[in-house]
Amino acid sequence: MDYGLTETQQEIVSLARQIAVKKVKPVREHYDKTEEFPWPVVEEFRKADLFGLYLPEQYGGLGGGCFELSLAFEEISKACGGIAMPLGTSSLGSLPILLFGSAEQRERFLPDLASGKKLGAFNITEPEAGSDATATKATALKDGDHYVLNGIKNFCSTGKEADVYVVFASTNPARGPRGISAFVVEKGAPGFSFGKKEEKMGIRANPTYELVFKDCRVPAANLLYKEGYGLFVAQGTFDMSRPGIGAQALGIAQGALDETLAYVRVRKQFGQAISSFQAIGHMLADCATQIEAGRALLYATARAMDAAMKPAIELALKERLPVYDAMRKLKTRRWTKESAMVKVFCSDTAMKVTTDCVQMCGGIGYMRDFPVEKFMRDAKVTQIYEGANQIQRNEISMMMIKEAASQGGEG
Amino acid sequence: MPLNLLVCVKGTVSSTSGALRPEGQPLSPSPLDEYAVEEALRLKERVPGSKTAALSLGTPASEEPLRSVLSLGVESAVLLCDEAFAGGDPVSSAYLLSLAVRKLSAAAPVQLVLCGKKTNDGESGQVGPALAAWLGWPSACAVRKVVEVSETSLTVERALEGGVETLALSFPAVLTLTKEINEPRLPSLKGKMAARKAQIPRWGASDLGADAALYGKSAATSVVKTAPVPPRAGGVSIPGNTPEEKARALAEKLKEMKLL
Repeated sequence: MDYGLTETQQEIVSLARQIAVKKVKPVREHYDKTEEFPWPVVEEFRKADLFGLYLPEQYGGLGGGCFELSLAFEEISKACGGIAMPLGTSSLGSLPILLFGSAEQRERFLPDLASGKKLGAFNITEPEAGSDATATKATALKDGDHYVLNGIKNFCSTGKEADVYVVFASTNPARGPRGISAFVVEKGAPGFSFGKKEEKMGIRANPTYELVFKDCRVPAANLLYKEGYGLFVAQGTFDMSRPGIGAQALGIAQGALDETLAYVRVRKQFGQAISSFQAIGHMLADCATQIEAGRALLYATARAMDAAMKPAIELALKERLPVYDAMRKLKTRRWTKESAMVKVFCSDTAMKVTTDCVQMCGGIGYMRDFPVEKFMRDAKVTQIYEGANQIQRNEISMMMIKEAASQGGEG
Repeated sequence: MPLNLLVCVKGTVSSTSGALRPEGQPLSPSPLDEYAVEEALRLKERVPGSKTAALSLGTPASEEPLRSVLSLGVESAVLLCDEAFAGGDPVSSAYLLSLAVRKLSAAAPVQLVLCGKKTNDGESGQVGPALAAWLGWPSACAVRKVVEVSETSLTVERALEGGVETLALSFPAVLTLTKEINEPRLPSLKGKMAARKAQIPRWGASDLGADAALYGKSAATSVVKTAPVPPRAGGVSIPGNTPEEKARALAEKLKEMKLL
């Protein structure tokens, strides 16, 4: 479908597609098998300027938004959702700095993240704090002009390959959820190390690590926004990052469907191509329809959100404010509901489509020699990370109720 | 000493476009020319301070392939474009290119011109060596490796049937390259954006001071004489219904001819 992309957006898609076909597809099986980090491909992303798509030109980015990031993430994920991961995880590490960082913090961290010289990562999860981020146990107690971090964060995507980590710890455990704060911790900070590397079902080209903080001293200048605002930072980041997960999920779904369509047209049973059977035809049709519906929702949401965020980002850069303050000044609306809808719909679609693709391909679809089972393994995590889909549904319904209440409807 | 490197790029219809007629199809750099562009960029990286430029001869549609070359990091481009240029042959194309090389060299001496070994449309493989002939510069064709480059010369390796030849050329020189030489890079988005805005000057016949007898229709190839390969005399058919019978008949025939 023609979504009326600008010339620049078309160039992003075309370049990302070339990288996907020439640089990602030939190596996806290798990285899935070995679980190595795909540095040569990350280097291609870097050289193509993909890490700076959504960051302001002032910091060396391309001045696009969440839509531009989604276009690239979707294209690369069509070849491999695992190898595409650093694009997503680095945005998850950069967005909190863009949205909640001071002008000085933006200047300090964003140029290297925009160029891809450094990779970003984000870690809020703890063994006891998954969907319930309010249960964060890691602490960050003030000591002069430093905070001292202690605790374990886990399931950090891009693991120890990143350089700039946004992590969450309580600066005031007595205040519970309102005591949680967000920090930028750089690799090499004393007392910051990496623990267990997880062995995963999918996205195996991307390492998932435990982050260990043992009396880790972080300069007070690395606190994002204010003490106690950690969960605001997380939610504000997710509002902008979740469409990216939708894009990754759709890419995975489309990649699986493309492989499946090619296969069912040549696979013969009962003397004819299995694509000629209505049972297969209807499954193909449903897969394609669901993907296109997800894409329409993703693109519409990302575009509207970028358009709404643009004045806030411009004001923040001009007046050297945190973007979050500029949003409040301009009364910029939050996109929690819509971005959760994108994430839920696209990731559920990815799981359904990839499962159906394995079914359509039959026995060969289940085998590792054929790429479709990998798409199914990769799809699963998109329903889980950046907020399990059940949490997304909670957020969507909560926002619906809030909106209805604010419009004065009957409760 | 930094080098001024010039790449000749022909805009052609992609062989994977599926188009049977080239008219109106978008053009992209002929595939082997992409290797020439990549090698120019690598030489620029090898010899600090060097500069790269691209040159194309074609219709206004050849501006797009030049932009795609600029998006890879080549700094400037010139399009030789004039309705009067149409209808020429490889030698007249090389003549026009040679005039442009001389014009560019007058501003900043070009040390090395790089071309693909041949294009994916005409496939003559003559433009590179003919350009060298017009310029009176040494050339090496089908180069697969630039072994060494110095301020005044370079050493290259070229593939021959059943062997490799190593040649030293003094600057200025012309090379035509094969695809074994490198793996062309992909563009960057910033490169693409800059390329979109780049000014690409167009030079016509009067800009080049070209001699009308040497280009366009008046310089088209004319067939003077044809000398076809003589047709093969009829061979001998080996009779037999099965492979065994055929083998037996063949063996008898070979014995008859005293070859066995």
